Amino acid sequence: MKLDFPLFPDTASTLAPELDALYFFGLLVAAVCSVVIGLVVFYLAIRYRRTEANQVGKPEKGGLWLEITWSVIPLGVMMFMFVWGAKVFFEAQRPPADAAEYYVTAKQWMWKFQHPEGHREINTLHVPVGQPIKLIMTSEDVIHSFFVPAFRGKMDVLPGRYTQYWFEATKPGTYHLFCAEYCGGEHSRMRGSIVVMEAREYEAWLSGSASGGTAVAATGAEIFEARTCNTCHRPDSSLQGPQLEGIFGHEVELTDGSTVTVDESYIRESILDPAAKVVKGYQPLMPTYQGQLSEEELLQLIIYIKALGAEEDVEPAEEASSEAAS
Amino acid sequence: MSAENTNYLNNNYGVKSWLLTIDHKRIAILYLISVTFFFLLGGLFAALIRIELVTPAGDMVQADTYNRLFTLHGVLMIFFFLIPAIPGVLGNFLLPIMIGAKDMAFPKINLASWYIYMAGGLFGAWAMLNGGVDTGWTFYTPFSTSFSNTYVISTAIGGFLAGFSSILTGINFIVTVHRLRAPGLTWFRLPLFVWAHYATGIIQVLATPVLAITLVLMIAERAFRIGIFDPALGGDPVLFQHLFWFYSHPAVYIMILPAMGVMSELITAFARKRIFGYKVVAAASVTIAVLGFLVWGHHMFVSSQSPYAGVIFSFLSMLVAVPSAVKVFNWTATLYEGSVSWDTPMLYALGFIGLFTIGGLTGVMLATMGIDIHVHDTYFVVAHFHYVMVGSVLMAYLGGLHFWWPKITGRLYPVFWAKISALLVFVGFNLTFFPQFLLGYLGMPRRYHAYPEEFQVLNVFSSAGASVLGLGYLIPLIYLFWSMRYGKKATSNPDDAFGLEWETSSPPPTHNFHETPNVTFEAYDYAARETARQAMTQPVGDPE
Repeated sequence: MKLDFPLFPDTASTLAPELDALYFFGLLVAAVCSVVIGLVVFYLAIRYRRTEANQVGKPEKGGLWLEITWSVIPLGVMMFMFVWGAKVFFEAQRPPADAAEYYVTAKQWMWKFQHPEGHREINTLHVPVGQPIKLIMTSEDVIHSFFVPAFRGKMDVLPGRYTQYWFEATKPGTYHLFCAEYCGGEHSRMRGSIVVMEAREYEAWLSGSASGGTAVAATGAEIFEARTCNTCHRPDSSLQGPQLEGIFGHEVELTDGSTVTVDESYIRESILDPAAKVVKGYQPLMPTYQGQLSEEELLQLIIYIKALGAEEDVEPAEEASSEAAS
Repeated sequence: MSAENTNYLNNNYGVKSWLLTIDHKRIAILYLISVTFFFLLGGLFAALIRIELVTPAGDMVQADTYNRLFTLHGVLMIFFFLIPAIPGVLGNFLLPIMIGAKDMAFPKINLASWYIYMAGGLFGAWAMLNGGVDTGWTFYTPFSTSFSNTYVISTAIGGFLAGFSSILTGINFIVTVHRLRAPGLTWFRLPLFVWAHYATGIIQVLATPVLAITLVLMIAERAFRIGIFDPALGGDPVLFQHLFWFYSHPAVYIMILPAMGVMSELITAFARKRIFGYKVVAAASVTIAVLGFLVWGHHMFVSSQSPYAGVIFSFLSMLVAVPSAVKVFNWTATLYEGSVSWDTPMLYALGFIGLFTIGGLTGVMLATMGIDIHVHDTYFVVAHFHYVMVGSVLMAYLGGLHFWWPKITGRLYPVFWAKISALLVFVGFNLTFFPQFLLGYLGMPRRYHAYPEEFQVLNVFSSAGASVLGLGYLIPLIYLFWSMRYGKKATSNPDDAFGLEWETSSPPPTHNFHETPNVTFEAYDYAARETARQAMTQPVGDPE
């Protein structure tokens, strides 16, 4: 048994000190109130202890002002905690615009990661220090929860939708990753590590692991071709579906006149349930890919479609064929 | 046997006279036996959990066994112990007597509720004997509907039935309080125990049907693959959480409100003083019952629920803490200028104030969204709800059981052992659960069979505390049982307490009172009673 055990978690993200400050305030309130109430109860129970068997307490006089005081003061303290808590919560919810996007797929009982550069890892994620990192997460089966105590905060990882969590690590080191939502059998072994590295080391690690030949499965472009998405969603396609270049993050109008922002969830839904939200001017001709693509393949497609937006001058067909040729 | 010596216990000894009884007092005894059995079983599972967690490796039982242990511990303790304990035992026994009634408004429904509860218990037992269930008591989807290979459906039917029993109890409380109060017993003369059970009844009747609906939907998805919650079938897993917590948060108040009712009785009886701010305490019960319906989303801050919904739930959760805090202050203020005895029930009551304060304040921390996102689903939450549900509810239940034990059985319990065990429970409880707050902030997730090494020392403390706590629970079991035969005979009012239940014999006659009482006093008005007593003992006509 290790006796030099910690009483407080590592502080390794930008969120951690802010959340800790709030926590310490909460602790202070809890400690002061508990101790004061405890002492008052003890004092009264001793001061007014029964000394004769038939002794009776004095008549109760009541006191409206007392009732109001001890309602309003706690309410005030709690409102303060509520506002502060909401502030920290929204900071934890909203990633900075320059956050690098990493992808997380959880399944019973492992974590799969993909770096923006395409590298993949299982149960261990290497990240650079000082860089905001946004995780786009989904699950292949049940609900899991992404929890790195050293970074504070957590986010559930759900099947059938994308959730996000972001952090900016402030201290190199290796930190626990836990699954915090009970997910069956080996829930307590669904653990991993987050390795935070200096930017230069991270670059070296990236190039090292790439030359080391990490097995990379089909890329988005390959899937796009293999699943014949290119038959319709390409400028030179014979059959015409909506064009995908540059649509990510933009609004599109649907056949019923409403609009939707093209994000990860919308692309996912359009692949799995194409008739749900059809873009104006198109027929619901596309077949469903429900059950044919794994969550990871879906992620690859989404990453690919996003990239089409970012690099408008790259022709998807050329990119795909050039990769296939190489 | 003369009519005066006949009471509800000795009027008939046959097995049928117990199993077919419609006497609320005998039904309370049936509940007492059953909840004690389920508590022991749930406690046994807790003991196995704490033994497993002494070492970081999952070495005593396998992961699958561990998952069944904590699931059954939760299901038994919540649905079969905490929810029925105080209402089923103390509520059933005392509520009619406290309002001067002969029985509940619907005595047969009262008996039916016990049978339905036991039927629920049988379904649970059947699941257990066949290998148990591993979903956690929360049954989160899609794990429960599409992934677990255990006896989810029969456990859910068990919970469903226990819920129906709870609805029937609630209806009985509400109607009884409305219709059967003795002459002169106005609403604001009711003991606060009655107010608390009335508020509990409202929650039982309004919230429990939602649990039934939720469990039926879950069974429909699991058995017939109807897509409701599993995204693979076109469902929404978060919908389940909304439905589940819409019941299960108010369920916390089903547990704590009756405990608060017991507290008001204990504090006043052992301070021999009218409660400070009677109307405020009564109104606080009702306020908690109403606001308790609007806070369920605070279990879901990181579930992908809308962050704006989270803000509203956080705000409302803060509001519901105010009436709870007010109750604590009122109980404390009642001690002022009282005549405070340190008898066993009062030790439990004072312990309750301490544990409930810690449980409540850590609840406020959890309602603070910025803190919750870190400690959600960790041992911090485990510690918090044990402080509220075990620390507080069980303290009140044991305090109440000791206080009314002479009334229920006609016997006194041994004071020395009672005080020792009250002390053991308080110390053992804190030793068990306080380290879990630290573990939670450190990041130890709940429902973990194995854990990293650095969490071991705190876990060892917790397990050591649990053994003290277990001893504290076993001692009363032994001496209370012993006292039924060997305890000294109790007078009708051994603590000289105030209330209609103390004006009838111990144990009470079958119909509670030989004459329907006429209530002329305000509740807990010890000072007025003393004045009246002195007036009676002084020679008439010449007070000087």
